[in-house]
Amino acid sequence: MSTTATSPVPGTPQPGTPQSANEKAPAVSAKPVTWKVPVLLSVLGVVAFIFFGVMGPNQTARFGISSSGDFFQLPAIQVPAFLGGIVLSVLMLGLAAYAVYLKTRNEPSPGWLPIVFIVLFVAAFLIWVVGGARTPSISLAGLIAGSVTLAVPLVFGSLSGVLCERVGVVNIAIEGQLLGGAFTAAMVATLTKSPFIGLLAAAVAGAVVSMVLAVFSIKYLVNQIIVGVVLNVLVSGLTGFLFSTVMQADKAQFNSPGRLPIIDIPVLSSIPVIGPILFKQSVVGYLMYIAVIVVWIGLFKTKWGLRVRAVGEHPQAADTMGIKVNATRFWNVTLGGAVAGIGGSFFTLVAIDSFTKEISGGRGFIALAALIFGRWNPIGAFFAALLFGFADNLQSIVTIIGTPVPSQFMAMLPYLVTVLAVAGLVGRSRPPAASGIPYIKG
Amino acid sequence: MTEQDKPQHMADESAEGNRDTGDLEPQDRDTQEPQATADDAAAATSLDTAGGAMQPSAVPVSAQSGTVPGGPDTLVRRIFTGSGMVSILAVLLALILGGLLIASTDKQVGATASYLFARPSDFFSAVWTAATRSYVALFQGSVFNPRGSSVAVQFAPLMETLTIATPLITAGLGVALAFRAGLFNIGAQGQIIMAGILAAWVGFALHLPVGLHLLLVLVAGIVGGAIWGGLVGLLKARTGAHEVILTIMFNYIALYFLRYLLNTPAFQRPGESNPISPILDPSAVYPQIFGTQYRLHLGFVLAIAATVFVWWLLNRSTVGFEFRAVGANPKAALTAGINVPRATVLVMAIAGALAGMSGVAQVAGTEKVLTDGVAATYGFDAITVALLGRSTPWGTFAAGLLFGAFRAGAVQMQIQTGTPIDIVLVVQSLIVLFIAAPPLVRALFGLNPRKKKAATAGKTKTAATTGGAA
Repeated sequence: MSTTATSPVPGTPQPGTPQSANEKAPAVSAKPVTWKVPVLLSVLGVVAFIFFGVMGPNQTARFGISSSGDFFQLPAIQVPAFLGGIVLSVLMLGLAAYAVYLKTRNEPSPGWLPIVFIVLFVAAFLIWVVGGARTPSISLAGLIAGSVTLAVPLVFGSLSGVLCERVGVVNIAIEGQLLGGAFTAAMVATLTKSPFIGLLAAAVAGAVVSMVLAVFSIKYLVNQIIVGVVLNVLVSGLTGFLFSTVMQADKAQFNSPGRLPIIDIPVLSSIPVIGPILFKQSVVGYLMYIAVIVVWIGLFKTKWGLRVRAVGEHPQAADTMGIKVNATRFWNVTLGGAVAGIGGSFFTLVAIDSFTKEISGGRGFIALAALIFGRWNPIGAFFAALLFGFADNLQSIVTIIGTPVPSQFMAMLPYLVTVLAVAGLVGRSRPPAASGIPYIKG
Repeated sequence: MTEQDKPQHMADESAEGNRDTGDLEPQDRDTQEPQATADDAAAATSLDTAGGAMQPSAVPVSAQSGTVPGGPDTLVRRIFTGSGMVSILAVLLALILGGLLIASTDKQVGATASYLFARPSDFFSAVWTAATRSYVALFQGSVFNPRGSSVAVQFAPLMETLTIATPLITAGLGVALAFRAGLFNIGAQGQIIMAGILAAWVGFALHLPVGLHLLLVLVAGIVGGAIWGGLVGLLKARTGAHEVILTIMFNYIALYFLRYLLNTPAFQRPGESNPISPILDPSAVYPQIFGTQYRLHLGFVLAIAATVFVWWLLNRSTVGFEFRAVGANPKAALTAGINVPRATVLVMAIAGALAGMSGVAQVAGTEKVLTDGVAATYGFDAITVALLGRSTPWGTFAAGLLFGAFRAGAVQMQIQTGTPIDIVLVVQSLIVLFIAAPPLVRALFGLNPRKKKAATAGKTKTAATTGGAA
């Protein structure tokens, strides 16, 4: 989807220097560096200083790092919440001041600055939350491992979005693809008594949902957002209907897929913190890492990826070069659906071992948010999904350890962050230029 | 504004206003392009997007205007291939597919399928029975129940349909209005919630005289929806962020905000552990129109008024003309001197206000309390309602009635035949899918404009084209 104000519209002459030149030579650019980033960072820095620092809790926050079964033990990190909040927020204010200084010299903030700021902010926030809790102690390892687990469907969903949007088709139907994958995985795995066949079936189901999107948006030229929205409703209705009529009638026969086994790589899996998240996953978990890397390499290092991106940015030019625009779009969208379908199988084959209505619970939309926050890049989307998984996990932990922050606000966080991201406050996220526009040859 | 005051284009506008079609659409009958032989959807979209060079408007041409770009056909053919006919056929087709789905999970059908080839008649009659039984229950639950003891009871389902249609109509109008301005308002859900929060708070926290209280509830709800919608418009106008993403995110933000509020002392009913608000004051709720035996309330009358208002706004007012101009082509509108950012903010605010009326209808009419299910799925259904209504005010009104009937009847259908309510979601989404792709429906019913052969030839040509041969 295109931000109408910023994206260059193919076909219309764009007077002046091209945008890439603007970014490289800011001193001579026609567009002055905006106050957005410095102001936002300053505001957040002040907020952090007041809430996490000055008004911070007086307890000592304790973060456990090693679990008892680990290869070697590391001591828990103990942070005095008040002091930690002050130090981190002062660092944040320093970064904000640096951004303001750069702005006065009309230079844009470097890319690392907001990222470091976000890391500091999250750390300060975490210390504040834990420090203010009834029991100021959490297991950092458990928190991170839980975040990765919750992020798995988000990562697959946002990868599906990347594959579709990079080729110029807006995919609002991620939710439907996840749900379709989850349902089919449960059904097929139960019928065949093999979770692995269920996993394959989930990919097929996701691809089928995607094909409907592709056919309607590419052949019938229906608005892609309409198709996506409607597909979500359709899949929700279909799975809900079949769940009520078929699955509930005979749970043993239709809705008891086994779980995919957790594959534990010896030795490596007992490394503290990163062991469990990298080397103690289900097949779906390992597939996630593979998928992120494969999609990234595919999109940015191969001929195929170059073609895909060309079709998404400027289909006319791609067509002129002999790329079959609509065929590329069709197969890419289908592939995206398959990826999201695998993500859907996570719900019914890994997280819990049965299907219930609306099991995806809006995660397709968070995946969409991760895609945008990750700036249409597989790696970016991966980390954005991790961040949202982290927020999701923190939300449940917050309710357990009893902190002053209402869990609803934690749940709100991914959406708020996304609004800030699309509004251009956290860097600039620009979608592929031709995303959402059907291509008609001629 | 009288007829004389109007600028020339406005006078033309109102003269044609009755047709309620997008007068700005280039594919009007009089200005037929020679390329009419090509697949009509392709033609429409290429006109819509200037050959793919610009963003298409949010609503495809085929879903906007009354005429199908198919050339000067005979009157009969126009009736049968026109958009109205496509709508009816789409509904029919969706019902048939829904019926097949119902039948496919029916036990009797499964039993007869085992000896399908021995006695196929059993199988087909079982399919027919399964599907029609559900649909008859749906009808009895939504329009007229012949088994009722009195006329009042017999028409109770109809009243229920109108009650459920009320929030669908107003929220659908909000979505439709934004469509016409080229904006995709997925955010009716959030707008309903914000309106519900404000309206409910005024309803149970303030204690005011009869009349004034209800008025304030209504105003609070409308303002709540308008702010939530307007905020999206503002962000879009100022930063260029896409409204689809914004509205989806705003829906969730509103939902979690509501859940938070329902756990605070200000909103939670005293002595209650569930997230539910106190009951609204009697002075703050809509009066019931036809007595207390029906749930139908004043909100329905207001929904009719809102439909008239939107019709007037779109077809008779300068602002509405600007909205449609922006929707048809924002760049041209800008060139013509229309303040596009202002129109964006305004249309989203009005859309939010209309959705807000749904929120009021929910808290002050149907439910009389605030829960986290206040918006149910009305906000999402509103999108399908607006699409089915082709973004015209009265079309949306009729679509709202239809979907209201589905919703009301589905409850009865589930009780009587055990067919899950979810079938309604399937039928609704199929209807919209088919309506959005008229060529598909016409092909399925063999109703393509012109001679069949020419149409097929056109199709294959387009298929080759859209295949993107190098």
